[in-house]
Amino acid sequence: MNLRRTFAMAYKEALQIWRDPRSLAIALLMPLMQLVLLGYGVSLDIKHVPLCVFDQENSQQSRAVVDRFVSSDWFSISHTINRQSGIGYALDRGDCIAALVIPADFSRRLSTVGAAPVQAVFDATDVNTTNVALGYAQGAVAQANAQIAAQWAASQGVLPSLVGQVDLEPSTWFNETLESRNFIIPGVVAVILSLVGAELTSLTISREWERGTMEQLISTPVTPLEVMLGKLTPYFAIGFFDAGFCLVSAVYWFRVPFRGNIGTLLATTALFIVVVLGIGYLISARIRSQLGASQIALLVTMLPATLLSGFTFPLDQMPALVRAISLAVYARYYVTILRSVFLKGSGLYDLWAPLLGLSIYAVAVIWLAARALHKRLD
Amino acid sequence: MSAGAPAVLAQGLTKRFNSFTAVDHLDLGIEKGEIAGFIGPNGAGKSTTIRMLCGLLHPSEGRASVAGFDVDRQPEAVREHIGYMSQKFSLYGDLTVRENLLFFGGIYRVPRQSFEERMRFAISMAGLEGRENALVRTLAGGWKQRLALGCAILHRPPILFLDEPTSGVEPEARRRFWDLIHELAAQEVTILVSTHYMDEAEYCNRISLIDRGRLIASGTPSELRARRLGGDLFEISCAPLGAAVKVLTGAPGVVEAAIFGDKLHVVLGSGGLGAADLPGFLGRHGIQAGPARRVTPSLEDVFVQLVSGGQKQRSAT
Ligand SMILES: Nc1ncnc2c1ncn2[C@@H]1O[C@H](COP(=O)(O)OP(=O)(O)OP(=O)(O)O)[C@@H](O)[C@H]1O
Ligand SMILES: [Mg+2]
Repeated sequence: MNLRRTFAMAYKEALQIWRDPRSLAIALLMPLMQLVLLGYGVSLDIKHVPLCVFDQENSQQSRAVVDRFVSSDWFSISHTINRQSGIGYALDRGDCIAALVIPADFSRRLSTVGAAPVQAVFDATDVNTTNVALGYAQGAVAQANAQIAAQWAASQGVLPSLVGQVDLEPSTWFNETLESRNFIIPGVVAVILSLVGAELTSLTISREWERGTMEQLISTPVTPLEVMLGKLTPYFAIGFFDAGFCLVSAVYWFRVPFRGNIGTLLATTALFIVVVLGIGYLISARIRSQLGASQIALLVTMLPATLLSGFTFPLDQMPALVRAISLAVYARYYVTILRSVFLKGSGLYDLWAPLLGLSIYAVAVIWLAARALHKRLD
Repeated sequence: MSAGAPAVLAQGLTKRFNSFTAVDHLDLGIEKGEIAGFIGPNGAGKSTTIRMLCGLLHPSEGRASVAGFDVDRQPEAVREHIGYMSQKFSLYGDLTVRENLLFFGGIYRVPRQSFEERMRFAISMAGLEGRENALVRTLAGGWKQRLALGCAILHRPPILFLDEPTSGVEPEARRRFWDLIHELAAQEVTILVSTHYMDEAEYCNRISLIDRGRLIASGTPSELRARRLGGDLFEISCAPLGAAVKVLTGAPGVVEAAIFGDKLHVVLGSGGLGAADLPGFLGRHGIQAGPARRVTPSLEDVFVQLVSGGQKQRSAT
């Protein structure tokens, strides 16, 4: 490897990025747009979920359950309905996202059987909101349970303290306020970096094939390794800049608490950017058209990064097969690392498992990328 | 590269794309300091041959060496010794003149102490003084081609491959380009240049005529010109030209009839039609014709005959 050639390559690439509006837009505008879209779209804390109530009993005890739902700011009653069919209608019209149904024999079953079902119906169009609302509903029911148990104990003449306070507060470590954005924003950062990184580099080789400059380039003594290092250097700088922008926004704009160490954050971020750029470069070297490369890059990065990184859907609730597939999604390692560094303040030592996953990826991707360019036309 | 060895040597060089043979058992030898012309119609296989010689395509058969290195087994060693100008313009249009030179200078590791001077030489050779900071895509064809040549010789390669460097360039710029090629050859650079302009053949030391992947003839321009056409060459104005070719081809005593610009070139052998009989013969077939005039054959006449001769041979087999 020759430094002079690598530098010539890097300088040329930087000039081309600087003069290409499309690359600049991907590098500078896309992170901002994605941050606004994804950050606000999925992470603003959901409060006052509109709730329809169909209380078929309307007793003191059933009203107590409804009270539990609205006493926190989680739900607001948008409708009170009195027919079963009204539920579907209200959900369809979007009057509410959740509906609470209390059976007519609620208090009778509670006193005789000792347990009574309430039904909650959710509009699952927006899966994320639904998940959050479902969590809220479980919390509300748990609180109602605790209250009923306490009342029962009191009516039996047993001191509540002896029955034991049934504390069913949702137990959330590291994210005490249950603010979903603390959990989601690190995932958003990972998705943005995967997308921007792969999109940027996916064009770098295919552009040269399309414009005919590659034929000239491969007739020179430049090595595939020098081409890769030279081309990735300016993109690495851009990726790091974008990462800085996203992470600073996470802390100062989305107010995600940062408990970790800056050095840990930067080192792991650098590793992740290497993986992301390498993937884009690999795609670019394999596919000689710009359009094809850009679309494949979108497909291989965006889809798995959003679905399987644990960014929106918790991985531990997924079927085993999907979890196995998600091991191959490099974004998941970075999501895990970011969440731990941000919320738990983990250091490199605590992060050995995801770091190992990411490192294996980085080595493999760079090893392949350094060999990806064939200096032949056939 | 040992002294006396040819700069470029090809033996039975063949390239097939699937079942199609683009280059068919080509033999080639170019001595150091020679300007070798590669002449042939579109699709003849000129670019394919040059790409194999630059190590950009694997030969399907045969072998070739450039500067003493095998093009298939030691492509990197070959690339250290060559400059290549591809047929399609391939400098970076979104970089300036200076930035392109800086890039190729860096890639070729031009020694720093001579870099400025070589860059200035390339700029003045291309006639681009004062336009160093213009984006290359804004330049006209002739300047682009001369700059591409400048980039290809920044590292002073002993061997240069130029693939149709003058196509699409106006005649004045073409002449300037050939002056540059001659200046380089005077400095012992071996140059293989392809073209489909027959008139450019005269500028070369040695010509290889290829058609449909085969070497049809090679030699110096005067050697080729001296080849017997198989008769005497006459020029005749007539209309319509196409019909005249049809009528004359195969007529007694006619070796060859071909359109040459807006006239007809006819090679007459002994026996059969004489030059004086031509206007009358054509007239009888409803073709208006002026008197036949004897001309000395140009290289183009030789090529036309060789190419059409090759076709006849092929259709006969
Ligand atoms: N990669 C390829 N795959 C299939 N066929 C090819 C390929 N490259 C060239 N050919 C064919 O091989 C033949 C020779 O092409 P080549 O480009 O070498 O011709 P050429 O003499 O340079 O012609 P031109 O004057 O048009 O540049 C053509 O018929 C072309 O279509
Ligand atoms: Mg060609």
